Amino acid sequence: MMLTLAIETSCDETSCGVVRDGREVLSNIISSQIEIHREYGGVVPEIASRKHIEGIDVIVQEALDKAQVNFKDLDFISVTQGPGLVGALLVGLSTAKAMAYGLDIPIVGVNHIEGHICANYIEHKDLEPPFTCLIVSGGHSYLIDVLGYSSYRLYGRTRDDAAGEAFDKVARALGLPYPGGPFIDSLALEGDGSAIDFPRVFLEDDSYDFSFSGLKTAVLNYLNQMKQRDEEPVIADVAASFQQSVLEVMVEKSFRLAKETGRDKIVIAGGVAANKGLRDMMENRGKKENVDIFYPSVQLCTDNAAMIGSAGYYNFINGKVSDLAMKVMPNLGFLD
Amino acid sequence: MKILGLDTSTMMTTCAVMEDESLLGEFSLSLDMSHSEALVPMIGELMDNLEMRISDMDGFAVSKGPGSFTGLRIGLATAKGFAHVTGKPIVGVSSLEVLADNMYGHEIVVPMMDARRDRVFTAIYTMEGDRWIPLLGPDALPVEELIKIIKRDHERIVLVGDGAVRYRNEFVEGLGNRILFAPGSLNLSRAASVCRLGMAKLAEGRSDDMFTMAPEYLRDSQAQRMQKKKR
Repeated sequence: MMLTLAIETSCDETSCGVVRDGREVLSNIISSQIEIHREYGGVVPEIASRKHIEGIDVIVQEALDKAQVNFKDLDFISVTQGPGLVGALLVGLSTAKAMAYGLDIPIVGVNHIEGHICANYIEHKDLEPPFTCLIVSGGHSYLIDVLGYSSYRLYGRTRDDAAGEAFDKVARALGLPYPGGPFIDSLALEGDGSAIDFPRVFLEDDSYDFSFSGLKTAVLNYLNQMKQRDEEPVIADVAASFQQSVLEVMVEKSFRLAKETGRDKIVIAGGVAANKGLRDMMENRGKKENVDIFYPSVQLCTDNAAMIGSAGYYNFINGKVSDLAMKVMPNLGFLD
Repeated sequence: MKILGLDTSTMMTTCAVMEDESLLGEFSLSLDMSHSEALVPMIGELMDNLEMRISDMDGFAVSKGPGSFTGLRIGLATAKGFAHVTGKPIVGVSSLEVLADNMYGHEIVVPMMDARRDRVFTAIYTMEGDRWIPLLGPDALPVEELIKIIKRDHERIVLVGDGAVRYRNEFVEGLGNRILFAPGSLNLSRAASVCRLGMAKLAEGRSDDMFTMAPEYLRDSQAQRMQKKKR
């Protein structure tokens, strides 16, 4: 039995948790700074870092208390190494290094993106590889084949904006608060997704890559044209039509990859996995094609330490332990 | 009483262990790398050489600012982490007093760090007994303003720190032979001074709360400054 303390500070959430054997979450404390950053219309890196250092040890203690464990019960520390904001990552990493060295236990640096995949292992206790995985968040869009724990093959990624980034930029143009993704999702429920014919960018026939910047531009152009004509756009229809365009492409490519690789499971991971429209579209198609669809609960879709603890566990048991000189990797990619 | 002190407020990554009045060891490196990579391995080397462990320490002292924002957070996160896992006290000391300690014994010492845009993080200290009493600051001041204040209030002073190196010409021009510059060998922080200053505070029961302790930046973030301007 392996117990890890996990620390995640890659962006604007200070999160610490205790995870047993990669699957069982004893605690997962998330302290969000979202209200502070909303005032600035986005995450301000220096402010995020300041909040992390003020709160980190309080959150660690809450995580231990809630899990009813002590430092001496821990077998290793898991910490997000990247990608993320450099100053924010450094707070978590420095804390983790000091704790690991002070307790004389190993430290495991975790790729945040891998953490998002592992959130599904926490949510679905019987989910096991292999499966097709669509990872979509504010900073990343990947389509991969998960061959085993800690074993992946990359098929597609975005060539420009990440999916979540496109959501946030369109939301901003529509005058919605930060972060815009969830607002677009709920507005889309009220709107007509076929009202405006925005482009679906599939790229080359055999490509699993994504491109969202053209679609984003099309939405901005549409809004500009309306403005020039002094017409009031139906915001809900714009949100629904934009979302429809994004989702159709992501769903189509995910199912195509599942078919090509012979997988009967598709797993969604990352912040955009909380999108109701995406979940529904995946599940509807899954029913038709006999593919099981998995995604984490909304809380586990956001940045959280438990998923880092899960990924840390699978790295640890596969012998991937880090040393105390490890660096933060703000631009760390996934499988590239 | 054994204390581990660390400072990452300047270019120097530095850590030291003192037992009461004696310095047991000190490692310092000014490298073109992140403090985050250097600091804990360096502490590990120091501990190995002293045949000690973190759990042997009776307390932890750390420079809490001003200085490089990122550097301060690395130092604090590390010291807080040690204090948290051991349950031993933590104490923050002024990084300007740490710099001033390089010029221990002088009557008026002005430590300074480059705060960019012609400003320095600085204070004007005098010594009473073995402690530094601020006559001005600590504050983030325009170099020009600091020169005016020194000219008005002081006859002979000592300047120390990378701020003094960066704005050397301005100080020479404005203050002529009233000033003495610290030699290059004494311009960066030393963790032994963090231990000394921290131990004095701990002896008086002035430890910090490990949970809420945060750097003293002396400056808002750029986004906060712009927001305030707008209002």
